[in-house]
Amino acid sequence: MISQPLANDTISAPGMSKARTGRMIVYAIVGLIGLALLFAPFLFPEVRSQEVAARICVFIVLVASYDLLLGYTGIVSFAHTMFFGLGAYGAAIALKTMGRGFDAILLGGAAGVAAALVLAILIGLLSLRVKAIFFAMITLAAASVMLVLASQLSDFTGGEDGMTYQIPRFFSPATKLLTDADGKVLRIFDVALDGKIALYYFVFLTSLALFLVMARIVASPLGTVLEAIRENELRAEAIGYRVVLYRTAIFCIAAVIAALAGIVRAVWLKYTGPEVALSFAIMIDILLMVVIGGMGTLIGAIIGVVIMSLAQFYLKDLMQVAADATSGVPLLPELLNPDRWLLWLGVLFILLVYFFPAGIAGTLLGKGGTK
Amino acid sequence: MTPSLRTENLTIRFGGHAAVNDVTCAFQPGELTVIVGPNGAGKTTWFNLVSGQLTPSAGRIFKGDEEITRLSPSARAGMGIGRAFQLTSLFPKLSVEENVRLAVQANHKAGFQIFRRAAALTELRDAAHEFLARARLQNVAHLPAATLPHGDQRKLEVAMLMAMQPDIYMFDEPTAGMSVDEAPVILDLIAEIKKDSSKTILLVEHKMDVVRALADRIVVLHNGELIADGKPDEVMALPIVREIYLGISQEKAA
Repeated sequence: MISQPLANDTISAPGMSKARTGRMIVYAIVGLIGLALLFAPFLFPEVRSQEVAARICVFIVLVASYDLLLGYTGIVSFAHTMFFGLGAYGAAIALKTMGRGFDAILLGGAAGVAAALVLAILIGLLSLRVKAIFFAMITLAAASVMLVLASQLSDFTGGEDGMTYQIPRFFSPATKLLTDADGKVLRIFDVALDGKIALYYFVFLTSLALFLVMARIVASPLGTVLEAIRENELRAEAIGYRVVLYRTAIFCIAAVIAALAGIVRAVWLKYTGPEVALSFAIMIDILLMVVIGGMGTLIGAIIGVVIMSLAQFYLKDLMQVAADATSGVPLLPELLNPDRWLLWLGVLFILLVYFFPAGIAGTLLGKGGTK
Repeated sequence: MTPSLRTENLTIRFGGHAAVNDVTCAFQPGELTVIVGPNGAGKTTWFNLVSGQLTPSAGRIFKGDEEITRLSPSARAGMGIGRAFQLTSLFPKLSVEENVRLAVQANHKAGFQIFRRAAALTELRDAAHEFLARARLQNVAHLPAATLPHGDQRKLEVAMLMAMQPDIYMFDEPTAGMSVDEAPVILDLIAEIKKDSSKTILLVEHKMDVVRALADRIVVLHNGELIADGKPDEVMALPIVREIYLGISQEKAA
């Protein structure tokens, strides 16, 4: 007994300090990303950068909510974009029919969230008892049905083309948040404090709030139970947890959060269609982002989303620059042609998975690596 | 006195084979019963029926006066039937403390609390640490369960069972694979639980000599049937038991 503490110290000391360095790196990266997003309108004022920043905010919420399912509880679902789409379409349809008001966002959003919740309860209670693979298939079927419905019910949804609409006047460039002495809109670092800024901070703060809610959930007793279910379902049941109930609960929570993210996305884009809110391409993005960031870490969602989004938006530009720079060299410009950006995205993904088998945050935080 | 646990004609068949066949027996609070029998006698299957991992083909199970034959494992755990597993069954990537805290949490019905940080719930953590201290695992509380040596994993298994604070403790070969100097720690823990005369303890064990001192009663299963039940000395003296039991010992020696 006396030798035990000593033995433990020798076992844990190197691992501990390595994990501590890893944690510092992860927190530093996440802190930088957080600051960049917080000051995005001032740091990156171009329209395209704004679009990237807003997409990153919403996707962090979407991917983190998916991590609650896949990473924490071990639930494989392909219906996450369905819930995202329900929120987006709810807000979009209300804005289209009721006009540009906050009441439309609230009412339509509430309807979308309610629909997501009801569907999640139904799918959860009916099918979370069955094996993981069957559950995955059921969610896939539900998501396909929703996609078909969205394109067929074109009177409501605008079909394949989707729909554009106006958002509350408060978010328009004409709104003056602050004015200077002359009654003109106040500018900070040459950026006008107008409705566009308000819209960005609506996206940013909503996303931040939702992320903090999720961080609280995983740190709570519920979070530990979810991990226990992932680790050893039978034992979780044997010590008294009703696994089906917990799985359904987290499935509903994740669905509601995804729907809320959908509302924010719809408001930001002023457009909602299958491509941006429902398609399986988004589902695949979510999966890749969770895996790159690190499953079961929540914070990994932030890193995964930023890497994937930056690659998706800027890899082509980067390759164009590289192709131009190497134009005298044989073969290289051909390989670096921006048309081949998907190839390089694939290479990037393979390298990331090879060097960070548990995802970037997962590997650095020392969570797993085996499974 | 009403028995704390009772099985009536309990039977389960897999295909044509009756793994547990017509077992009727009752257990009293304050009693430690050791269930013995050769491999394949149906000991673990009988355990699985009682704790709910399997549903019987026939027969009934009662806890006190309540029938529990068709309840889920989690419902039975909530009623005070606690089960430890033969093959260590932990939450491998979670820390030792979290493993025990999960059992405490289940007992406190705190699973759905989301508005407080788990690590800040001092009553849960203190309770978990109390059980860790009893199992002498407090020094490894922060390590992932999977990194513990086998003996410590078995201790953790027992600590989790204690943290559930059940009325009925079911141990399935708690000292399996443990070294001679580690096994007494587990047996001391069981002896400590036994001091509380409101608890019923069931113990599946191969090594009779290990638990002889603790046993109040021995039940012998053979080919799924209950063939002997009584005081340790009486049961071990029965010819049929000697035949089966010594038979195994000889096989094991060979």
